[in-house]
Amino acid sequence: MFIALIFIMVLFQIITDGILLRPLNITNLVMQNSYVLILAIGMVLIIIAGHIDLSVGSVVAFVGAISAVLSINMHLPTYLVFLIALAVGAVIGAWQGFWVAYVKIPAFIVTLAGMLIFRGLTMLILKGESLAPFPKSYQLVSSGFIPDIFKGDSINLFTIIVGLVCTIIYVLVEINGRKKVKKYNLETTSIGIFAAKIVLIACLINLFSYILATYEGIPYILVILVVLILAYSFVMKRTTMGRKVYAIGGNANAASLSGIKTPHVTFWIFVNMGVLAALTGLVVAARLNAATPKAGTNFELDAIAACFIGGASAYGGIGTVGGAIVGALVMGVMNNGMSILGLGIDWQQTIKGFVLLLAVAFDVYNKNKAV
Amino acid sequence: MAEYILEMNGITKEFPGVKALDNVNLKVKKGEIHALCGENGAGKSTLMKVLSGVYPHGTYTGEILFNGEVCQFKDIKQSESLGIVIIHQELALIPNLSIAENIFLGNERARTGIINWPETFIQTERLLKKVGLRESPQTLIRNISVGKQQLVEIAKALSKEVKLLILDEPTSALNEVESENLLNLILEFKKQGITSIVISHKLNEIMKISDSITILRDGKTIETLDVKKDDVTEDRIIRGMVGRDLIHRYPDHTPHIGETILEIKDWTVCNPNNPDQKVVDHVNITVKRGEIVGIAGLMGAGRTEMAMSIFGRSYGKHIEGQIIKDSKPINIKSVQDAILHGFAYVTEDRKNFGLNLITSIKENMTLANLKGISNNTVIDESREILSVEDLRKKLRIKSSNILQLAGNLSGGNQQKVLLSKWVFTEPDILILDEPTRGIDVGAKYEIYTIIQQLADQGKAIILISSELPEILGMADRIYTMNKGKITGEILKEEATQEILMKYMTKVG
Repeated sequence: MFIALIFIMVLFQIITDGILLRPLNITNLVMQNSYVLILAIGMVLIIIAGHIDLSVGSVVAFVGAISAVLSINMHLPTYLVFLIALAVGAVIGAWQGFWVAYVKIPAFIVTLAGMLIFRGLTMLILKGESLAPFPKSYQLVSSGFIPDIFKGDSINLFTIIVGLVCTIIYVLVEINGRKKVKKYNLETTSIGIFAAKIVLIACLINLFSYILATYEGIPYILVILVVLILAYSFVMKRTTMGRKVYAIGGNANAASLSGIKTPHVTFWIFVNMGVLAALTGLVVAARLNAATPKAGTNFELDAIAACFIGGASAYGGIGTVGGAIVGALVMGVMNNGMSILGLGIDWQQTIKGFVLLLAVAFDVYNKNKAV
Repeated sequence: MAEYILEMNGITKEFPGVKALDNVNLKVKKGEIHALCGENGAGKSTLMKVLSGVYPHGTYTGEILFNGEVCQFKDIKQSESLGIVIIHQELALIPNLSIAENIFLGNERARTGIINWPETFIQTERLLKKVGLRESPQTLIRNISVGKQQLVEIAKALSKEVKLLILDEPTSALNEVESENLLNLILEFKKQGITSIVISHKLNEIMKISDSITILRDGKTIETLDVKKDDVTEDRIIRGMVGRDLIHRYPDHTPHIGETILEIKDWTVCNPNNPDQKVVDHVNITVKRGEIVGIAGLMGAGRTEMAMSIFGRSYGKHIEGQIIKDSKPINIKSVQDAILHGFAYVTEDRKNFGLNLITSIKENMTLANLKGISNNTVIDESREILSVEDLRKKLRIKSSNILQLAGNLSGGNQQKVLLSKWVFTEPDILILDEPTRGIDVGAKYEIYTIIQQLADQGKAIILISSELPEILGMADRIYTMNKGKITGEILKEEATQEILMKYMTKVG
């Protein structure tokens, strides 16, 4: 699927006459599509466990609305608004998690109800109107950049240096990983392919940081995204919690008989989704600089599509955070590219639908060929 | 050649990387019962899939002659239209549909798409009489036992006017009484002129009913024996299957039995779907360290239910009774509790309740003891790999590496992975539920050896099995169960199949 992403980027770069990869656009791409990335991270855990969450779009709107009321109407300090908003997300997740994990109602139904309930509550709170504008401190999360502490002239030196540091860390981690795998006589890819992959990714990292550097540098939202991606990838790959999620998705009966408290795990992944949806709500409201009753419409579909494009299985037990990110980027590049081309929402939606179908079909075809 | 109803000559079938069938020859005489024997992976199921058209003409080389005519089946419907019907080991019935609907599935009594229900039910009743199944045609499949479901499958085959009936491990899920029933049915069919091919690991059954036995090993035909003419013994068949002498089916073992480690007192469990029904009824058993205690019983006796209810209340409602370990009463409320108290339960249904088939051997083996490979929830990959490799070697699991998916392993290796998973929790008490179901002779022997090694380490083993020879060969002491109650306790020295059967069918 990574190849598909590169392919789509190249395609759009050509069609848009080179606008796609311009620094201003790349920066905008990241900031406008952060919502899909954050939601996809939470959604992929849910899908791996064999469930689904249709309510995230409505939760995004609901939390945006609550934060607007707290911030704009009640003048609470921004950090407090953020904390309360995330807590609200957790409670919503707990509410839905309770019904799914303990009462054992299918997630599809519980979250479909949630989709309706929270959209309704959003409209109640906002009395059908938008609420704006947010104080400056609030808007930072979506539109602020890390200042250049090295005070470069035309480029943001700090960003370039961060890019180089990341590259070094990446190379070291990969070499270390390969050493470990060799130690246990497990299969490794040939040294040639390994080296080529490292060089390619290193170039991409630095290209990306260079592009950012020539605009305004590293947006705060990017920092949040990178932290989330690294943290969740780690949890899913390297912790017992991650193992339990995959186990439940792969065979819930076997997991229970192995001593895994399936209801607990299920409950917590829904709480997690609630928190991430709340975070997305804050980010989206900050970006629009307003809370609107229609915020978040169809976000759940984008997030779900991202997970499946990224290789998750509809039957559960298969999927990765990395895959979901690639899938989200595919959606993001398509959103962005089509907007540059001036395509209306109607066309955008049609094309996105086809791409989702073809991407997953391609994936399934490849898997069957390998067997 | 009119005496042969089926000839398969020079059949070769390859998959990427493996030759499943290598110039296999099979000749089946008209009206005979022909057994097909071989270890798991020998090629028996593959051969039958080539015959029935699951692997269509063109995907194999060699020729198939049915009643003297060359056959080039493109799909199952073509083979069925000639009267070749295969009944798979995993029954192909729809649980939520009725017996009648299942029998005529794809073959409905209908005109222009509209089903004639009265006709369907009449024909169903006729077929059920032929196989000796007393059930209403409208009974749902999920409400009848596996033994009866098997009979429905056979009725289905009869409805297709079967001439050559192929049965893949037909008695693997049946108890003694149902197996006897089924074997007699196959003999009945022989009298009616139906030819049967039976694939089975149960050598005693094969010897009872077969006229000829063809042995496959590693995709090749080893020999075909004529039961009347040749000197056929179980040992000879095993030798052909395994390629070496298996002097004993069960390893020699001197038990080292210690003090009592577990007492189950007055254990009572009710059916969750029918709280008035006692599935386990005031059961009392004791187990000592180093002892292998067998639990024998017919299907439905309540053995699995007893085991699962003890193992963290994984089954049943209104559970009452005491569990006393090392002379101390303990309360086990969840599977996690059970594991912490040193219990392990190896399920009889490894595909649905035991393994995660879409993940690796490594991840399966460590699932019940994640604490053992992690520090503060972070998994220590080195420790995990070392532990898993250690288990793989100890239990002799055949796989290219530990990252292989569990779903791609043979039945025997899957069972070993499941067993390893529980060995890794370092239990004191291991409950094994049908640990060698669906596994070939060679792998069975390996698993018996492992079980005895575990007992010698001082662990207490509870062995639930429907194969009486297995219980007689392995257990030091045997409890029999019937209708939820313990009906007998017999020492190894005094036990015979007849005595066990007597107690297994005793009421009250």
